[in-house]
Amino acid sequence: MDLILVNLIDGLVTGLLLFMLSAGLTLIFSMMGVLNFAHASFYMLGAYFAYQISIALGFWMGLLIAPLIVGVLGAGVERYGLRRVHQYGHVPELIFTFGLALLIEELVQFIWGKNQMPYSVPDVLNFTAFAISGNSIPAYKIFMIFISIGIFLGLLYVLTKTRVGMIIQAALSYPRTVEALGHNVPLIFMGVFGVGTALAGVAGVIAGPVLGTFPGMAFVLGSIVFVTIVIGGLGSLWGALVASLLIGCLTTFAKSYNIEMENVLNAIGILTPDDLDDSIFRDFWSLTSPQIADILPYILMVLILIFRPAGLFGKRLS
Amino acid sequence: MTDQITTDPAKAVERLRAGSMTLSLAPWVIATVVLVFLPMVFTNNSALTIMNQMSITIVFALAYNMLLGQGGMLSFGHAVYAGVGGFACMHIMNMSDFFETIPLVILPVFGGLFGMGLAMIVGSFSTRSAGTVFAMISLGVGELIAACSVIIVAFFGGEEGISGNRTYAQPFFGVEFLQQIEVYYLTIAWLIISAALMYLWSRTPVGRMANAVRDNPERAQFLGYSARWVRYYSFVASGFFAGIAGGLFAINYEILTEENLNTASSGVILLVTFLGGVGFFFGPIIGAIAFTLLQTVLSLSTELWAFYAGVLFVATVMFFPGGLAGLIMMHVPAFKLGKASWLFVPYLKTLLPAAIGTLGLAALVEMTFHLRHAATGDNEMTLFWTTFDSHDIMPWVIAGAVTVIGLGIAKVTAPSLRDAWNEANTAGGVS
Repeated sequence: MDLILVNLIDGLVTGLLLFMLSAGLTLIFSMMGVLNFAHASFYMLGAYFAYQISIALGFWMGLLIAPLIVGVLGAGVERYGLRRVHQYGHVPELIFTFGLALLIEELVQFIWGKNQMPYSVPDVLNFTAFAISGNSIPAYKIFMIFISIGIFLGLLYVLTKTRVGMIIQAALSYPRTVEALGHNVPLIFMGVFGVGTALAGVAGVIAGPVLGTFPGMAFVLGSIVFVTIVIGGLGSLWGALVASLLIGCLTTFAKSYNIEMENVLNAIGILTPDDLDDSIFRDFWSLTSPQIADILPYILMVLILIFRPAGLFGKRLS
Repeated sequence: MTDQITTDPAKAVERLRAGSMTLSLAPWVIATVVLVFLPMVFTNNSALTIMNQMSITIVFALAYNMLLGQGGMLSFGHAVYAGVGGFACMHIMNMSDFFETIPLVILPVFGGLFGMGLAMIVGSFSTRSAGTVFAMISLGVGELIAACSVIIVAFFGGEEGISGNRTYAQPFFGVEFLQQIEVYYLTIAWLIISAALMYLWSRTPVGRMANAVRDNPERAQFLGYSARWVRYYSFVASGFFAGIAGGLFAINYEILTEENLNTASSGVILLVTFLGGVGFFFGPIIGAIAFTLLQTVLSLSTELWAFYAGVLFVATVMFFPGGLAGLIMMHVPAFKLGKASWLFVPYLKTLLPAAIGTLGLAALVEMTFHLRHAATGDNEMTLFWTTFDSHDIMPWVIAGAVTVIGLGIAKVTAPSLRDAWNEANTAGGVS
């Protein structure tokens, strides 16, 4: 029971981190109809900028400044890159963001090299918050949870309760009408793109110390983020939240409980073949859940796409 | 839906092609002759390796363009079909009883069939819609299978992959494919066959409907065609030819690893195809040739070649969405008007300084990289056949000056190039 609680906290941390990325991505998708492949790259940039700033000014200034820089960069990419490519259609837009993701990874390697950066948890938060039957929970994890929830509540408030949020929501569904009412829709798009990438930047700043700041970090998380918003339903903020938490918990639990395929198959009445070592299914029989934890999201996505193509909370297919 | 990439000069080409049968056959004959006689020009083994690599990339890129260019479907996991085809071929190579009874030349067919089989399974749910959803499914499936490669060791061989020996096959008219040159002729034979088949496919009603579905799926459905099935056929055919490319890879390298399946390989093939130009059939061919050369030449001389490739890719998407083929075909109207020669001098005036300026910029990039990442005390670096101290101020001044002057001249002469371009593309006009 205690172990479940510990894993739940871990799952929550992973899930909320995923949500900070997928929230921005799904907003950008519903706005421009294009998936930003470079989204996780902005997350990586956030971590690297925060590392660089934290050397000079400390962790907290990094948390404050790095997302701002990332947001401005993101807005610049929208203004001078995506808007230009937009005229060619959706597929070139996707390809553009894909190329951008490659380019940012190479750029990061160019500036910071291929090794992991010594970006670590600040001393203020480097202690054990509490322990659950011998399993200590670091304070930094609690800090991550509170930051993520705070950002989610803030986003929800801005989007649903403020005038700006209303205009954004209207611009998402009826850009022409909103434009006719005198609002600067391209500016709104640029702003939403900037805020979305800044959110990814925040995620990078707080994830960098625990998950490691290295050039592959965008790639590791990137495709999981896409999977998340596809499972949640493209363009749905609530879907992104549910799917993020689902994936976070699923992978954490699969990693910490060693469930063997052999036991599962035996339990449902399939007997282990005698000549297991020669069987072509031997790898299938010896599967364990930690082994497949990282591909569970993809399996889930394929299943969702087959049985409910619009995703968990999606309204329509495309 | 605006999922199309069209370049206007296409129409000019159509008219040109419709002109005569000889004109449409000529490029094929010339290409075949060039391919056959190429090994006599470049005789050493490393050149053969590059040419084999190039041929395989061409087949793969053409197969990829069946999806991207002709069908409007963007796949982020197409390396999987080539990879699975290659792995299947590898397993056939290792089944010595069976392998001894077939000649090596037909092995790629098995690769193609396995690629096609996988495409049939995946396509059954992924081709329901094009655009973003298709791209996402392709990415997910690609990641899934790439991740499986380290889990399902029996088929994918885990980390070290699987290897085999092509010479155990039944000799084909006495040829045992011991030498690289024999493999080269096998590869180009398959290259020509697959290219011709893919070209003919694009001329069949199914290929034509793929274009229609790409441009306007709704209208195609009103005409009575199921957009989904049209996409499915394109997808399956593309999987087949990708599998052939994988089979050729297996024959050529005799080893396949996880690297042949992962997203990075899928990204490379997207880059190759887009660089060449998706709007034309021959685009991917140009892209594959250019990219392989670029990769070979650049990776020998600089660590940063992936960075340059990324810059080139993003620049292509932003400024030349038609790719290299699009750039070439832009000049067709000028040629038909007989004014192409007018462009020569303006091009020289703009592009030569621009190229020199770009090289200067690259030098700056290389020097920055050296300054930041070279071991301490290692100040010497060699660039463009000159060795100097990267911590000196002089090389920086020179490189900076070359960059600024080169790009500056290009910027100044650009308007006259634009004028010349407009002039050359206007019918009539005396001056």
